[in-house]
Amino acid sequence: MSEVPLELKYTSDHEWLRLEDDGSVVVGVTDHAQAALGELVFVELPEAGSEVVQGDACAVVESVKAASDVYAPVTGEIMGINENLGDAPEKVNQEPYGDGWLFRMRLADPDALDELLDAEAYQALLDELD
Amino acid sequence: MTESLIFEQSRAGRFARAQAPVVREDVELPADCLRAEPPMLPEVSELQAVRHYTRLSQRNFSIDTHFYPLGSCTMKYNPRACNTLAMLPGFRGRHPYAPASHSQGFLACMFELQEMLKGVTGMQAVSLTPMAGAQGELAGVLMIRAYHHARNETHRNEILVPDAAHGTNPATAVMCGMKVVELPTDADGDVDIAALEQAVGPNTAGIMLTNPSTVGVFERKIEQIAKIVHGAGGLLYYDGANLNAILGKVRPGDMGFDVIHMNLHKTFSTPHGGGGPGSGAVGVGARLKPFMPIPVVGREGDRYRWQDEKDLPQSIGRLSGFMGNAGVLLRAYIYMRMLGHEGMRQVGEFATLNANYLAARLKAAGFELAYPRRRASHEFIVTLKRMAKDQGVTAMDVAKALLDYGYHAPTTYFPLLVPECLLIEPTETESKEVLDGFVDAMCDIMERAARDAEHLKGAPWTLPVRRLDDVRAARQLDVAWRPEGADA
Repeated sequence: MSEVPLELKYTSDHEWLRLEDDGSVVVGVTDHAQAALGELVFVELPEAGSEVVQGDACAVVESVKAASDVYAPVTGEIMGINENLGDAPEKVNQEPYGDGWLFRMRLADPDALDELLDAEAYQALLDELD
Repeated sequence: MTESLIFEQSRAGRFARAQAPVVREDVELPADCLRAEPPMLPEVSELQAVRHYTRLSQRNFSIDTHFYPLGSCTMKYNPRACNTLAMLPGFRGRHPYAPASHSQGFLACMFELQEMLKGVTGMQAVSLTPMAGAQGELAGVLMIRAYHHARNETHRNEILVPDAAHGTNPATAVMCGMKVVELPTDADGDVDIAALEQAVGPNTAGIMLTNPSTVGVFERKIEQIAKIVHGAGGLLYYDGANLNAILGKVRPGDMGFDVIHMNLHKTFSTPHGGGGPGSGAVGVGARLKPFMPIPVVGREGDRYRWQDEKDLPQSIGRLSGFMGNAGVLLRAYIYMRMLGHEGMRQVGEFATLNANYLAARLKAAGFELAYPRRRASHEFIVTLKRMAKDQGVTAMDVAKALLDYGYHAPTTYFPLLVPECLLIEPTETESKEVLDGFVDAMCDIMERAARDAEHLKGAPWTLPVRRLDDVRAARQLDVAWRPEGADA
């Protein structure tokens, strides 16, 4: 059973978002996603400062099984990336909601988060997949 | 038992006298061209070298030794006659720079191969030059781009690709400067038509389709798809990965495809695996004929000659030295000549029959088919998601366990949209007894999963190496040997 923290927002592409005090959001992939991918061997992240539109492929996570695009969950600017993943992609597997975060974004529209899934809706999606 | 590396068998000063020049000629090379130290090569006797490589070859899983149901790869038997005839001195001794007047026999074979491939695929012309499937794809999409550019429609930069496609399809589109638009697959394995209608538009350059698709079923709405894409001004690309299933029965040209690549090393049985060499010949409809890669073989009266830039000034150009892998093309030619039209029809029929027999038996034994409502093409998908959930035994564990039974594993974890999947392609060249043996092994594994899952998680038990650390291999790739203590 994969973990779905209650305080986060989710997308149907198995990404999570956490709203920070400064209004920015931190983005990562969910526990379900990391388990489905298997152990990661490579993570490619966007450039800090780049502008992305919701749905753009902006990062790649690669395991021995597959390479998957990570889509921008919202429209906005990439403020920073998790540099540690270059040497330690396994962080995504070990702590998908912690040190395994991928990038930080500034939202173009602060209300955009309201349109994403809450924990309950994401859990329902996972149940459906099962 | 493990085999030590050839470098570890090395002893200073040991060499193969029968193979090495004893008298050295003094060759005057400029000092800056000489190396300061001799190269680091293993020093072994000829007998040691022969034994080492013979032993390694005996540990291979190959078509000649094992059933090899690797889905999407068409690991069929490669008839010995193809090798023997392709090695005739007249072929083997031909220099690629020999003038066409001295190469009429070879050119005649290549011309006839082009003609046979045209006939069996329903295309208007064929170029044999791409060296492998991925290069055939590149040629195909470059032709689509050249076509739109020649019509001043340079804005057409979107290629539609179903989510079930081989990863090479989107990769090819991106290499050609196109944007990939992904299409969903419906529950029965067909392209979602409503999504396709939404996706096409003024920027559509084309669609890349595999039919039968990678989920092992025939795309039933292909005529409708062709109509929609052509209606939007796009072209249709046929990925020939699964041509074996329909060989001699249905032709991509008749389905409406404008360009196709064929993996001669799959469908037409030239040796492959472990790096080829392959052949990704391309076929085109009338619209793309001017853009074909060169050279192609033309015939004038009873003479054959190379056609190049002068004949096809709009060609996308050359993709290989000379005209592709001549020895591979010859083997495909001989294979087709031996089969004839009737034989090719049987290839499609028996490949499909074998796959459906195997699918039916596995289903009866309790395995879950990913698309149970569909008839399989030449391959089919088993999903082990229940076994993974209930017993913790994954598709990878089953694949490894099959090695202990003497079977090469099926393709695992592809296509990505089916969880815990095995993609199984028996090919037409296997007997019923072999297929039954494979079913027995799968049943044994299933029974073992319930009783002793740990055994399967530790498989393989009988091979020289056990479970390899593929994660570490990918993270810390290091394949060069160096003496102990030397820096990486």
